[in-house]
Amino acid sequence: MSQKTDHHVILRVVAKPLIPIIALFAFYVQFHGDYSPGGGFQAGVILAVAVILYSLIFGITPAMRAVPPVFTRSLAAIGFLLYGGVGVWALLMGGNYLDYDALFNEPPGGHDGQHYGILLIELGVLLAVAGSMLSIFYAFAGRVTEIKDEDW
Amino acid sequence: MTGYEGANLAIALINVVLLGLLFVSAIAIARMRSLFAIVMLSGIYSLISATWFVALDAVDVAFTEAAVGAGISTALLLGAMLLTSRTAKPEKGKSTIIPLFVVIATGCMLVYATIDLPAFGDPDSPANTYVGTDYIERTPQEIGVPNIVTAVLASYRGFDTLGEVGVVFSAALAVILLLGFGERSLSATIGRKKGGRDG
Repeated sequence: MSQKTDHHVILRVVAKPLIPIIALFAFYVQFHGDYSPGGGFQAGVILAVAVILYSLIFGITPAMRAVPPVFTRSLAAIGFLLYGGVGVWALLMGGNYLDYDALFNEPPGGHDGQHYGILLIELGVLLAVAGSMLSIFYAFAGRVTEIKDEDW
Repeated sequence: MTGYEGANLAIALINVVLLGLLFVSAIAIARMRSLFAIVMLSGIYSLISATWFVALDAVDVAFTEAAVGAGISTALLLGAMLLTSRTAKPEKGKSTIIPLFVVIATGCMLVYATIDLPAFGDPDSPANTYVGTDYIERTPQEIGVPNIVTAVLASYRGFDTLGEVGVVFSAALAVILLLGFGERSLSATIGRKKGGRDG
């Protein structure tokens, strides 16, 4: 994709402003999941798609420089651990595994534990899904250099 | 069968059109040989299914289908396709009678089974009575989250969701174990290309 054979200039110009909007939409889906359709899974996939779109248009090497593979696979592990960790937290507070009511030892009727529990595990889902999807994409895409022009 | 009040002619028409489009794209996918076109058509198939799920009032499922089916699987399949050849080999000399018979028999059984199903949106159907109404009645007191789907996914069925995240994580782990992390194989591919062989 050198400068003299840049057929994709329209594609690049159109995609560039879309990528931050896609990433922003992922966070909207994430944090508005209590009120509207969506949640960690969808948000994680949308966040991953923002990076994948970037790497499809600008090449895999700049994408790996922006979001390194080491970062994505740590993200996947951290997300899964965060989810499991909320369960362990509930265990330590004397409740059952993933019993959010036990998180703060509230009196019955309090919803803080449920709210923070759901927030944390949804965050864990977001990190795990986004990290896993990007790791899978990097594993596939890392084996080819560029999409040739005649293959578009 | 007695439909519920919202099941009017317009929605029925939309359903028929969407299912027809799904049928056409499925046939096209089955008959095509160019893998690039197949990947793109399966993305379109997912997008049409997502639209159909919206027509069925399953907004969360539609959202997931649009994001996962049309979004990420198309991108991942494109990435996988680049590792192999661009066209599928035509299959010749194979009998199509037995597969056709199996498909028709299964289809007849499925259609026969739908006769016993409750009508779409029936408030007295098993899915809408026991545990469904229970969640709807108890979520405002117990969870305090406006979206009942989130309450069920994250709290009542927290173990299921943990398992799903585990599945996604182990899928990534399996791909990494099979194909490598990506950055090392990328530098290897670039090195091989510089060494004279076209990647």
